[in-house]
Amino acid sequence: MSGGSGGGGGPSLMDSLFQRTLDDLIKGIRIHVPGAAQSTFISKSLDEIRREIKSTDLQTKSTALQKLTYLHSLHGIDMSWAAFHAVELTSSPSFIHKKTGYLAASLSFRPSTDVLLLLTNQLRKDLSSTNQHEVSLALECLSVICTPDFARDLTPDIFTLLASSKNFIRKKSIACLLMVFSQYPDAVRVCFKRLVENLEGTDNAQTLAATVGVFCELASKEPRSYLPLAPEFYRILVDSRNNWVLIKVLKIFAKLAKLEPRLAKKVVEPICDHMKRSEAKSLVFECVRTIVSSFYEYEFAVKLAVAKIREFLLDSDLNLKYLGLQGLLLVAPNHSWAVLENKEVVIKSLSDVDRNIKLEALRLVMSMVSDDNVVEICRVLIGYALKSDPEFCNEILRSMLLTCSRNVYEIIIDFDWYASLLGEMARIPHCQNGEEIEYQLIDIGMRVKDVRPELVRVGRDLLIDPALLGNPFIHRILSAAAWVSGEYVWFSRNPFEIMEALLQPRTNLLPPSIRAVYIHSAFKVLSFCLHSFLLPNKTANSLSKFADMEPDFIYSESEGEFPETSGLRPHQEFNPRDLSEKNADNATISSSSLKNDTFTRESVVNMLTLILTSLSPLAGSHDVEIEERVRNLFGLAQLAQEEICCHDDRKEMMVDRDDLKTSIIIRLINDALSEDFGPVSLSAQERVPVPDGLVLEENLSKLDIICADVQLPKSKSFSLVRPSLLQMDGDFVSSRQNEEESETSAAESTSLLSEHRKRHGLFYLPSDNNQNASTGFQPANDPNQKDNDVEDLVKLTEESLVLKRKSNLARPRPVVVKLDEGGRLPITVKKTQSTDDLISGAVRDVLLGNEASSQSNQSGKPSSRRRGKALSKVDQGSESNNNMENFEIGNSSKRRSKHRIHGKDKKHPSPGNDVEGRDENGEVNKQKSGSRHGRHKARQRADGGINVVVQKPVIPDFLL
Amino acid sequence: MIRAMLVINNQGKSRLAKFYNYTPVEQQQQLIRSIYSVLCLQPENVSNFIEGGLLLGPDSRLVYKLFATLYFVFVFDSSENELAMFDLIQVYVEILEKCFSNVCELDIVLNYGKMHTILDEMIVGGQVVETNSDIVMKAVEEISKLETTTAGAKLISKSASLLWG
Repeated sequence: MSGGSGGGGGPSLMDSLFQRTLDDLIKGIRIHVPGAAQSTFISKSLDEIRREIKSTDLQTKSTALQKLTYLHSLHGIDMSWAAFHAVELTSSPSFIHKKTGYLAASLSFRPSTDVLLLLTNQLRKDLSSTNQHEVSLALECLSVICTPDFARDLTPDIFTLLASSKNFIRKKSIACLLMVFSQYPDAVRVCFKRLVENLEGTDNAQTLAATVGVFCELASKEPRSYLPLAPEFYRILVDSRNNWVLIKVLKIFAKLAKLEPRLAKKVVEPICDHMKRSEAKSLVFECVRTIVSSFYEYEFAVKLAVAKIREFLLDSDLNLKYLGLQGLLLVAPNHSWAVLENKEVVIKSLSDVDRNIKLEALRLVMSMVSDDNVVEICRVLIGYALKSDPEFCNEILRSMLLTCSRNVYEIIIDFDWYASLLGEMARIPHCQNGEEIEYQLIDIGMRVKDVRPELVRVGRDLLIDPALLGNPFIHRILSAAAWVSGEYVWFSRNPFEIMEALLQPRTNLLPPSIRAVYIHSAFKVLSFCLHSFLLPNKTANSLSKFADMEPDFIYSESEGEFPETSGLRPHQEFNPRDLSEKNADNATISSSSLKNDTFTRESVVNMLTLILTSLSPLAGSHDVEIEERVRNLFGLAQLAQEEICCHDDRKEMMVDRDDLKTSIIIRLINDALSEDFGPVSLSAQERVPVPDGLVLEENLSKLDIICADVQLPKSKSFSLVRPSLLQMDGDFVSSRQNEEESETSAAESTSLLSEHRKRHGLFYLPSDNNQNASTGFQPANDPNQKDNDVEDLVKLTEESLVLKRKSNLARPRPVVVKLDEGGRLPITVKKTQSTDDLISGAVRDVLLGNEASSQSNQSGKPSSRRRGKALSKVDQGSESNNNMENFEIGNSSKRRSKHRIHGKDKKHPSPGNDVEGRDENGEVNKQKSGSRHGRHKARQRADGGINVVVQKPVIPDFLL
Repeated sequence: MIRAMLVINNQGKSRLAKFYNYTPVEQQQQLIRSIYSVLCLQPENVSNFIEGGLLLGPDSRLVYKLFATLYFVFVFDSSENELAMFDLIQVYVEILEKCFSNVCELDIVLNYGKMHTILDEMIVGGQVVETNSDIVMKAVEEISKLETTTAGAKLISKSASLLWG
């Protein structure tokens, strides 16, 4: 390098002579270690480049631009400032300069580059150059930097190139077309016919591949417009032996078949032929994919495809195995037998070293989950999760949680099992799905009443384990466990134990928000214990009152008999509903005796001491949530302690209990807490029917005038639930056999309604089917009703459903309250792309234009029949060199075939090339014998197709 | 269509980057970095796919092959066949092998222009236009000839600089 940056900033002669070449630059970068040294070198080089690029000597300029392009592309250096120099170089007569200019342009120009328009003329000039490599440079550049302006201005030039005699040019101009179309949809009107001609008449496999590739892209956005070309694609599917072409045609048919079912019958055979015949795995896989995704009704084809998938699965090449699993995943929805056949491979793949394969196998396993096998599959998966690396372990847990909760726990029948599964997941060492497990624990608690006892048991097991508190990933789960234990504490076997767990010293490891939940739960547990202790009779009474409405609540009374291993808990024996009304008296007696055992004075006093000692340090906590809740709990505990302790030795205490201040407060608190939280639908209000004779809007009619300015949104209707639905109250049976969605939702609304009424003691309407005089309403999951109706329904479904179910039907699926269904549904993706619409619109226009021209075709103008009038000028030119084109094609293919034979001696690693080679020779021969003739025929056929299609917008029958 | 073709070495340095949709260069660099961060964690003897939903946007797939020190990467969408993309990598490498017998990373580093020339003969606008290595070789040779005949001036200035230096 020379230091001569003489006056005016222009480069000196010395600069030009001693200019660093690109090689020098690259070597320089390699010498300097990455980091400061290298970036200093790069910025020094940039200074040089800035100087050199201003040179009037094109060679110097070109080298500078070369270096700059390199730095831009691989080191991310900005070169927008050099755009003009790139344009300048493209106009150089020297090929190397031109190439440098175009490379720089295609790598660095952006749609906003200001000198872009200066390039238009040069592009046009080079597109019509006699040097095919210059044309190719321009095409390549255009295909990357194309803007609407370029596309509009250069469409005529591209149009000319589409009929070029050189395949070299033709294939590139076709490939470039896609970009032109997307930037300037009107180009379709001009170029589409030439594109179709390349589909029909080309003898060159690569040109055909490019053409089909463009159609594949176009059809992937809007397939309907290309249905009329189906006969042409069909011909290619049958005739072509080039794998690249066939793959693209298959992709097109996969799209078209969904629109025109009749296509399938015609196409399935040739696809199967390819599948059987082809050596190329890529083509075989494409056939498999096409069959299983678009032609899955054809049993024989699917069988063949599955056989091929099996070959892939057993292949030692992991890429093939991976694709095989993907193929299987596509088959699974329609042909689950295919997965069952390959069950072993799939399950084994779960422990593969390859992450892709593991994930795919997991997806496959999850796709097979149904209510029959969910327990079994989850058991297997938990086993795998324990063995896997943390990442995959969480992947497994995530997909299990997702699948099980899909559609409001659609596939779960045994919620007790599911609750304990959630507990089990929390204990897996790598578990990082705390948030989702937390959500689901609370969610099923609110939605499924029957699962609450088990939830409390699961929650207890989590809470009492001090080791879990040390794992921050589990804190969220513990929060849910604490909430569940507090909210449903009457199901607990030993509330004192829960209290101890909630207040254990290690809870200081929890974040404040979760600690607040713990303390609040402790409050609930305390109030429950005090209530049970002070007011045992009241408890029983209130509980038996509950029993009328919500039979589950009385369950707590029998909790003493609750076996430890609750997974085996036979529902029948302990069914709380059996204990309801009829046995209310018995229950009360047993419960009070139980309470006396559990809630001794001593134990309560111990608990109060525990609360006061362990919470006193927290009373001054800086966290508002914690402080507030600690003070609440503290206040209650202190009050209770004073009263209970001072009554220490008085025997008659039991009698006076009702009058204690604590008792009064506890009664109030307990009433407040016994309100059952549940999910509330957004549309709950709307579901309340308007009673007869109640005119809601009468007195408010004048309100309209007042509110005229405000314009409230009009509510649709207040009576979404017709009064007749109320009659279903009694008929409704909460069982999984009840699969009809509408029925379920109606029943939900009524059960919600009745609950609401019970709570508020309001009855809007007299009910027709009062079995229970005291409430006038049948609970949604009435026990007496259930057993009979379930049996009936079981019989019914067994008759009607073909699917065999395991006969654990003795135990019905509990009610799952489904309300806010929109809450967790995926948001539908908006998909409208204006350019795609424009393109397909233009395509349709062109094809409609064909109708007109094919009518004129009947009057005997075959040569111009496929071209619009607007194009007739260009048309003449192209028609005149049609002959020449054919001549040239013959020559070039001869030349190429020689070339191929020479090349065939060498070993080709990719099977695709081999087939292509053989096939090209075959095609050449055919073409020689009568290329003109064959071409003509092909065109006629397609014309017929288009003609028929336009008259009735379906696929011509002769194809089918 | 093919969205991008990348050559990245096992140190994370990119040796060739070609994007077929306009992508700002900062984004290109970012993408190359994140692709490399996944690639370098891939153990040996696993399948050569990267699930690219998060990395590359919807409907994009990525296949790669490691030759000696270089990752050859193709990013594409559902209009391409995965195995065909492997073939394409194979063809590309085969052509490199023909151009520089016993190709090594240094050849690729020092022949940046030629790498693009070869690629442009195979792929235009994200569409595969040639898969026959002989035809590509022929075109590349023609182009090199064109480059040298018009670069006479360059040779002279070079020799002059040698004389005077």
